[in-house]
Amino acid sequence: MAHTPKPPLVEIRGLTKAYVRGKQVVEVLHGIDLDIPEGDFVALMGPSGSGKTTLLNMIGGLDSPTDGLLMVNGQRIDDFGSNELAAWRARTVGFIFQSYNLMPVLTAQKNVELPLLLTDLNASQRARHADIALELVGLSDRAKHKPNELSGGQQQRVAIARALVSDPQLLICDEPTGDLDRKTADEVLKLMQTLNSQYGKTIIMVTHDPKAAEYARRIVHLDKGVLVDEAAH
Amino acid sequence: MKYFQLIWTALFRKKLRTLFTLLSLSAAFLLIGLLQAVTSLFAGSVDFLGADRLIVQARTSFTQSLPMRMLPQIEMLPGISRVNHSQFFGGQFQDSRQPFPQFVVNPQRLFDTYPEWVIDKDQRANFISTQDGAIVGRLLAERFGWKVGDIVPLNSFIWLKADGSRVWEWRVVGIFDGKNQEWKDRTQLMYLNYGQFEEARPLRAKGLAGVFVVRLKHPEDSQRVSDMIDAKFENSVDETKTQNEQEFQLGFIKQFGDIGFMMNLISAAVIFTILILTGYTMSQAVRERIPELAVLKCLGFTDNLVLWLVLAEALLLCAIGAGIGMGLSTMLTTALPAEFPPLRTDGRVWLFAATTVVGLALAVGLPPALRAKRLKIVDALAGR
Repeated sequence: MAHTPKPPLVEIRGLTKAYVRGKQVVEVLHGIDLDIPEGDFVALMGPSGSGKTTLLNMIGGLDSPTDGLLMVNGQRIDDFGSNELAAWRARTVGFIFQSYNLMPVLTAQKNVELPLLLTDLNASQRARHADIALELVGLSDRAKHKPNELSGGQQQRVAIARALVSDPQLLICDEPTGDLDRKTADEVLKLMQTLNSQYGKTIIMVTHDPKAAEYARRIVHLDKGVLVDEAAH
Repeated sequence: MKYFQLIWTALFRKKLRTLFTLLSLSAAFLLIGLLQAVTSLFAGSVDFLGADRLIVQARTSFTQSLPMRMLPQIEMLPGISRVNHSQFFGGQFQDSRQPFPQFVVNPQRLFDTYPEWVIDKDQRANFISTQDGAIVGRLLAERFGWKVGDIVPLNSFIWLKADGSRVWEWRVVGIFDGKNQEWKDRTQLMYLNYGQFEEARPLRAKGLAGVFVVRLKHPEDSQRVSDMIDAKFENSVDETKTQNEQEFQLGFIKQFGDIGFMMNLISAAVIFTILILTGYTMSQAVRERIPELAVLKCLGFTDNLVLWLVLAEALLLCAIGAGIGMGLSTMLTTALPAEFPPLRTDGRVWLFAATTVVGLALAVGLPPALRAKRLKIVDALAGR
């Protein structure tokens, strides 16, 4: 009996994005075709202005393409309206940013609980889920600390816990180690590798750092809005 | 409620700024509470008045006297139960900083025209029979410590005795009270027997009344009887203007200016000032948090949810400030000494404050809330 291959988690065909800047139309992505299977760990690399962050934003549902097809887990998210995209992001995607983007007035635990405010979980359930997420990233003892009481690496791990707490399929990471020293960056990247290999999270990471890209399974290169190379690592 | 902590922490993100804004809001609503309490006092001072009483005054002015002979002519008209005459005395007792009203009346007719007052029947009889007798409202008696038998000298700047003296001595023969709480709260006045007043005043001033107080058989006849009285004396030397007691009191109050209008004007100025200040605070607070709001949207918070979070923050800010201010104004008015007018932050005042809070929250919260709603995630995160 023939084995039907599983469709990729992310399927991109002819993806194009253009911005209007005053009277000019600037095309940032030109007809990108890309498949990302479930459980993959992809690093998007390229020079500044290559369109890698734009592509990442599209896949994460933060922006909509001008043209082309963008399917994630069988759903055409390029057709979604604003509210649909918001609900889809809440269920499907966890975000990790270069500058962590934690709420400075909330504790680590409350930061991690933020995505759960959109669910039907009660307060104690939300706290329990947040505790589990913090334990996973090794920060249970820092739950009551505010971001300004944590190191850069700890803040990024809180951000990872926040990204994981609603158990998303996809983790979108934009330069996650950009603000970290080498040692801390390696710790964070090892954690992400564990999330991928042991917990099956599909991770798409934009990075300038070749050493960070080594942690990924596959590296995709973009230049001037075009996919120029992809290679397994 | 699950978003409360998020809203609360956002509100106190910059503690000092929020505290100063709350201080300003509290001061504003303290003032608004007091101003509206004054408005309530004047509006409420007539609300409780019955619809079954008319006041007949001279058409030219209520300061113009009317001849006593008009009383039986008015009383014989259909629909009228009883008529009394009343004259504002305007006397001063000791300290002029503690005034209280006095009215010269026919004691036999007082309680027929004002059944809302209650008094011991012996004291009532003494009031009728004592030419220089006076009855005092309970709150007024408590204020000055008067009791039955006391002599109260009143210095009148309006009424001169025939002997040229201005000092009129009145014997307290009774203490009256109100039949219910509304009337009990208004017993800071005095009634004087017409007997001494009529006898002691100069000849040219005898036989005159200030106004006539008409008690109707049926309140619904108010307009018909008013018209009838005025028609009777039309084109005479003593033309009348008859209106129900509420209208008369309101017109009297408006002699001093439209108190309600002035209080509302000042309140509006206060609200406008606080709107500018709080609006600036809210706008600044949201502007500082654009990246954080963008992150909330990344996490799945919809545009409308973000809008409501900002509006809720504005409402919480205004509500806390207003609550403190109104609480203070309530404490202040409750602690006023008895000789002050009965200022109260009643239901009307609180409703005014609550409505103002909602309006203020919308005015200061909606522009930054709309900005938050419309912000593009990608641009906000990129700092554009």
